[in-house]
Formats: sequence, C-alpha cells, structure tokens
Amino acid sequence: MNDFSLWDILRNLLLALRWTVALSAIAFVGGGLVGALLLLARLGGGPFFDKAVALYVQLFQGTPLLMQLFLAYFGIALLGIDVSPWTAAALALTLYTSAFLAEIWRGCVASIPKGQWEASSSLALRFGEQLRHIILPQALKIAIPPTVGFLVQVIKGTALASVIGFVELTKAGSMISNATFKPFVVFSCVALMYFALCFPVSLLARQLERKTHGRRA
Amino acid sequence: MAAVLESTPGAAAQSTAPIVRITALRKSYGSNEVLKGIDLDVRRGEVIAIIGKSGSGKSTLLRCINGLEVFQEGALTVDGRPLLHESAMAMRELRQRVGMIFQGFNLFPHLSVGRNVMLAPMLVKGRVKLQAASQARKLLARVGLEEKFDAMPEQLSGGQQQRVAIARALAMEPAVLLCDEITSALDPELVGEVLRVVESLAEEGMTLLMVTHEMNFARKVADRVIFMHQGRVHEMGPPEQLFGSPQTPELRQFLSSLHD
Repeated sequence: MNDFSLWDILRNLLLALRWTVALSAIAFVGGGLVGALLLLARLGGGPFFDKAVALYVQLFQGTPLLMQLFLAYFGIALLGIDVSPWTAAALALTLYTSAFLAEIWRGCVASIPKGQWEASSSLALRFGEQLRHIILPQALKIAIPPTVGFLVQVIKGTALASVIGFVELTKAGSMISNATFKPFVVFSCVALMYFALCFPVSLLARQLERKTHGRRA
Repeated sequence: MAAVLESTPGAAAQSTAPIVRITALRKSYGSNEVLKGIDLDVRRGEVIAIIGKSGSGKSTLLRCINGLEVFQEGALTVDGRPLLHESAMAMRELRQRVGMIFQGFNLFPHLSVGRNVMLAPMLVKGRVKLQAASQARKLLARVGLEEKFDAMPEQLSGGQQQRVAIARALAMEPAVLLCDEITSALDPELVGEVLRVVESLAEEGMTLLMVTHEMNFARKVADRVIFMHQGRVHEMGPPEQLFGSPQTPELRQFLSSLHD
C-alpha cells in the first residue's frame, strides 16, 4: 500500500501522542495526589496505616504494570461495571504511580535527620506543624530530582496501556504498521516521539539534581 | 523531712516547690533497662550537672523530662503538671515549659537564623511576626549574634550555631532548660563562647539541667552534681563534695579516668 506517505504516518502518530501525554499527566497528577495521601497516612497514621501503605507499595512494586493494567481492565468488568480502556489505564497508572511516589517520598522524609524532629518536638510544635514547616520543606528539595526522574518511567509505562486496547502512541504505531507494512519506519517514529518526550524530562531531572546537590554541599 | 532537704530557710521552702519532680522513674529499651528507678527534685533556679560514663543513662534521663523518650514506670511532673505521653495537648503544654539544646545544634537548615528563633513562638504561642522578630533580635543580641539575624545556619560556626539554638529555646520562655552535651560537638576553641552564655543564664536564675563532660564548668556553675552509673543516681551533692571527696569507688574511678 503506497498511499501512506511519511507525513500520514507522522500525523497519525502525533494525534495518538496526545493520549500518551494525557495519560502520563493524569497518572502523574493523580498518582502524586494519592501518593501524598499515602505518605501522610504512613507518617501520621500510626502502625496500622504504616503497615497497610507498606503492603500497598509492595504489591504495586512487586507485580508487573502489565498485570495491573489487565486486572484493572478485566477485574473491574467482573464487578459488573463497564469500564473503558481509557478509565482502566488511567486508574491502573495512577495507582502504580502513587505507590512508587509514596515510596520515593517516604525515603526523602526518612533522610531528614532525626534531630530535626526532636528539635521541633521540643519546641512544642504539633505533628502537622513539624511536617509543614520543618520536615516537608527539606524533604521536598531532596525529592524533586527522583520524582522528575520517575516521570520518565511513567511516560514509558503508558505504552503498556496499548495491550488493553487503549489507543495511545504505541497502539497507534502498531495499527499504522499493520496498515502500511512499514514496521521499521513506523516504530522508529514511535521511538523518536517517546524520546522527544522523555529526554527533556531527563535533562530537567539531571539539572535539578545538580542544583540541589550544589546547594546542599 | 522536706525542711531538712531544703537548703533554703523554712519560709521560702513553701514557695519553692520543685519545678521538676521525678519519682521512681524506670525506662527500658526492650529488655535492656537503662534507667532503674530515678528520684530527683529540681528546685526553681537550680543548676544541675549530670555526669557519668556514656551509657549510664544521663542523656536518656534528660530526654525523659521533655518527653522525647517514653518511660515505662514512675512519674514526672514539671511545675506540678504530670507528663502524659498519650495526651498531645499535655505534651504541648509541657514542652512550652521545658526547652532543650542538643549536642548537634539541630537548627533548621532551610530557615534563616532569625526564622529559626521566630518559628515556634509564632506557631505555638500565636505571636505576630513583628513581635516575634523583635523578640528574636533581642535574644540573638543576648547570645552575641545580633548581626546574624538574616544569615543561614550553614554560614555560622558550630559555636555560633549552638548559641542560636540557645536563643531559639529561650524564645519559648521556658522555665527549665535541658542541655544535652551541648559543647561535645564543638571545636575546643568554640566551647568557651557557648559556656559563657549558659553561665549567664544560670546567673539570671534559669533552671538548668545539663549533661556535660566539662567538669570545670560543672564545678564552677552547678549547684548540684549528679553522678549517674548504670541507670541509677549513684552519687549526688554539691560540686565541692562530689569532686573534692567522692564517696563511691565508681565516682573516684570516673573522675580519675578524666585526668588520663
């Protein structure tokens, strides 16, 4: 079939790229919010929540994202709720992201010296005040580079949503490749587009890392 | 009995109820008991130096007084109010009465010196910013660091950081100040400037409990010295008595080990 020009391929891929970006954004914003709640629950919720969140994190870190997508798509359908690939992908990626971010951020909070908690405790600050004014501002600075770095993983992770039929960049790539019989050209374009998304983010992460390290040294 | 123990005359004894009263306090980490029944009354304005080997429980005792460590048995009151670990409100009350200064300074590195001092009064005592700032300037002047108000902690020497930490603790207007080996992390030439500030506090009548390795300082400033050994108050008395004629072999050995 020769009626597909390179421009046709690129145009269709770019249209699908929107959904990769949208899915990444939803996963990151949603995952960030849920992750922040999980972090707070873990820090201030006592031993039960600490254990529960740890288990949640282990479940999501210890299973492939692919399985999580399958379970979200087919599992929710079992409950009798009709779920679109779009909803299932957004949900699975949000939960996946929240687990990883909660764990990254927990590590950042844990890296704040114990003396900061003790000094603020002995000044009669409440737990919430300690977090808001002492611990989180310091943890945030440490957290920015690994958080931005993880964003790259999420962007690439959205490719797996293609297996449940969600038409994002990878799915669009395989559909176009089936129609054009030019898999090498198509998937090269797909790879370039992922790279164009991820590379700036990686650069940003590295730059932020250099900046915070410079300031801390 | 009380009249015998009180060194002040009988009339004053009524008003000098102990500011800190520790009764039969026991604390253990798992099966390891680190405080094995401590009884101690601290009078208002008294300066107490706690000495002893590392692992004798002296820092733990200090940290029990403001609730940084939880104890399993016994009672502790500050200004007549019992320490209740379960009650966040009671702890907040208590910690406003008890300030603490740490070996590692523990200044908040992301806040300027002035902000370090202002933060707790603004959050806990509800002071407005202007009022907190002027109080902070006064306190920084008192520890000789007026001009460092806008500096960041990392720009200061250890001795200066520790003096900021003292100003920060004083900003809460505590009735008791706990000093946990506050000169141990300092270069020798910086110890003096911190001890001079502590000494001036003692002269102004602040109640001080300090864990210290500075024996000369303890001898000079303390009203009472406590020698802790294996989780107990092993020997206690005025500095002349403890340093001059130690009664127990453990204290004698401890003191002689310092001269090596």
